[in-house]
Amino acid sequence: MGHLAFFHRTPGHTPLRGKHRAPSLEQPRLTPGEGAPRRLVPRRESSSAGPRLVGIVLLAPALAAVLAVSLYPVLRTLWLSLHDAGFSTGSHFTGTANVSRLLGDDLFWNAWWRTVAFAFGTTLVETALGIGFALVLHQSFRGRGWARAAVLIPWAIPTVVTSRMFGWIFDGQSGVANYLLTRLHLTDGYINFLGDPHTALPTIGLADIWKTTPFMALLVLAALQTVPRELGESAKIDGASPWCTFRCVTLPVIAPALLIAALIRVLDAFRVFDLPYVLTGGGPADSTETLSTFGYKTLFSGLELGYGSMIATAAFVTEVLIAAGFAYYLSRRYRALEG
Amino acid sequence: MTAIPAPLPAAPAAIRARRRALTRRVLFRTAVGAVVLWSVAPFLWQLSTSFQRDRDLSSVTPHWLPVPGTLEHYRAVFTDYEFGKYMINSVIVTVTATAIGLLLAALATYALARLPVPGKGVVLAVVLGLSMFPQISIVVPLYLVLNTLGLLDTYTGLSSSYVGLALPLMIFVLYAHFRSLPTQLDEAAAIDGAGLLRTLRSVILPLALPGIAAAGMLGFITNWNEFMLALAFTSSPEHQTVPVGIAGFQSQYFVPWGDMAAASVVVTVPLVLIVMLFQRRIVAGITSGAVKE
Repeated sequence: MGHLAFFHRTPGHTPLRGKHRAPSLEQPRLTPGEGAPRRLVPRRESSSAGPRLVGIVLLAPALAAVLAVSLYPVLRTLWLSLHDAGFSTGSHFTGTANVSRLLGDDLFWNAWWRTVAFAFGTTLVETALGIGFALVLHQSFRGRGWARAAVLIPWAIPTVVTSRMFGWIFDGQSGVANYLLTRLHLTDGYINFLGDPHTALPTIGLADIWKTTPFMALLVLAALQTVPRELGESAKIDGASPWCTFRCVTLPVIAPALLIAALIRVLDAFRVFDLPYVLTGGGPADSTETLSTFGYKTLFSGLELGYGSMIATAAFVTEVLIAAGFAYYLSRRYRALEG
Repeated sequence: MTAIPAPLPAAPAAIRARRRALTRRVLFRTAVGAVVLWSVAPFLWQLSTSFQRDRDLSSVTPHWLPVPGTLEHYRAVFTDYEFGKYMINSVIVTVTATAIGLLLAALATYALARLPVPGKGVVLAVVLGLSMFPQISIVVPLYLVLNTLGLLDTYTGLSSSYVGLALPLMIFVLYAHFRSLPTQLDEAAAIDGAGLLRTLRSVILPLALPGIAAAGMLGFITNWNEFMLALAFTSSPEHQTVPVGIAGFQSQYFVPWGDMAAASVVVTVPLVLIVMLFQRRIVAGITSGAVKE
């Protein structure tokens, strides 16, 4: 459970105060006369049916809620994808008609490739930047708490707000990005960042990178705290350069955490919706149409429940494949390490 | 002349070392500055924009500071766009969903982390797996269910969806905290005659309070920022949440950048405050929920 290190190493942290002060181990705070009469022999080991039943009862509501808003809908989406259906019209079973339509749909394949490229591209940059941020924030310096809080800000801002911010910064007429770029003579004239099919997706990617690099940085930071300090110090004594120390000592230790963080990011970036929906609506010329925006439009603008569900299913299946790929790689890696 | 121990060759080395240390410190400070600037600059620019007059916003040379400033955009946000409504909707939906979700998550996590529930590994894996589902693949069935129940465009409909949506995240944050408490606690409570529920209420929950706070804040932020379901399930300003309101900011003739900036600031300030105040807890929450070993 090395991931908790960050929290527990915080000095002077006193989370329990006032009336929430917990009873100490020696004196459980039970008022006399309350609860069951005391037994000389605790019953906890004699029968575990009681706790087991209580456990199932406690677990049931949460499990039901989770299943109701994820498993059931996904299964129904799968079911709908095999139908020709509308919101008000009836539906009839069409078998795999939607599958063949999907496989022959250029719009779908373009969106699919674009989304895959977006997910892996942004994750790659976010990982690199995240490592950099984490290495900086891992040092001790005055104002580190403030710096860490500042880094969290992009992560906490609603994505829709991020979209508006980047829409303004990269506006083709009064955007500050254009002003700075021309002033620094990096570009000749003003670029219509979000209105040009060549620059629209990279701009959205930049917004995504800005927003989610903090997440990556935090996970890397937590992983860095599991690296034994002595390792780095002995490498230093042995005359290793900082880069070498990082590559040969730090990186192998944080690699598993890094991979898992990257997996979470890829899966999250693959369902990107808010940014393109608000910034470009999928345009110009479909250049920012992702699977989520394409599916959403087919469902709620085209009112094609069946085909829209097929697109959604394709997104879901891709996510599962990506996750399975990562899991396969991780398990092989670990098996290799164990011998 | 007697031999004087010559310090001369040593001096340049010392100076060089000091200079190298200084360079390193300057470089490091620059790196810190770059990281912080990258993180806060877009928000600061939005803040400045929100106080600038439309005339200054459309000029060729940007005005970095809002001088002379105006509160016009904030007035417009709350009167013309009636943004107060969206804020109230968001608060109602998010707070209800987060509170109910936190209760369910705490009960479930207690069972998973400390009671002999059969197949808990599978349950945990399923819960984590379900949280990875893309929203696009759940939005229509939920829409149909809410439609059948007559819950479209209601607080109940949206917030009940959010309860299930933020649960996996909360359970994972809480799980790490619940597991980190020693098992002797439960045993001591059992010996003293406390039932399981009383153990949860009087022993585990108070001790896991930091984790509960972290889970609550993460759930709150997740729900507050959610967009796709809110967009699909609500259709009137009476029930739409803040992200939908901001996404709908459009004017036919010109883009109201100043008004949008003001609305963004209004929405973001509570989040920025939460982050500033509870940075440590949020970091602990994110990292415990995400890095599994």
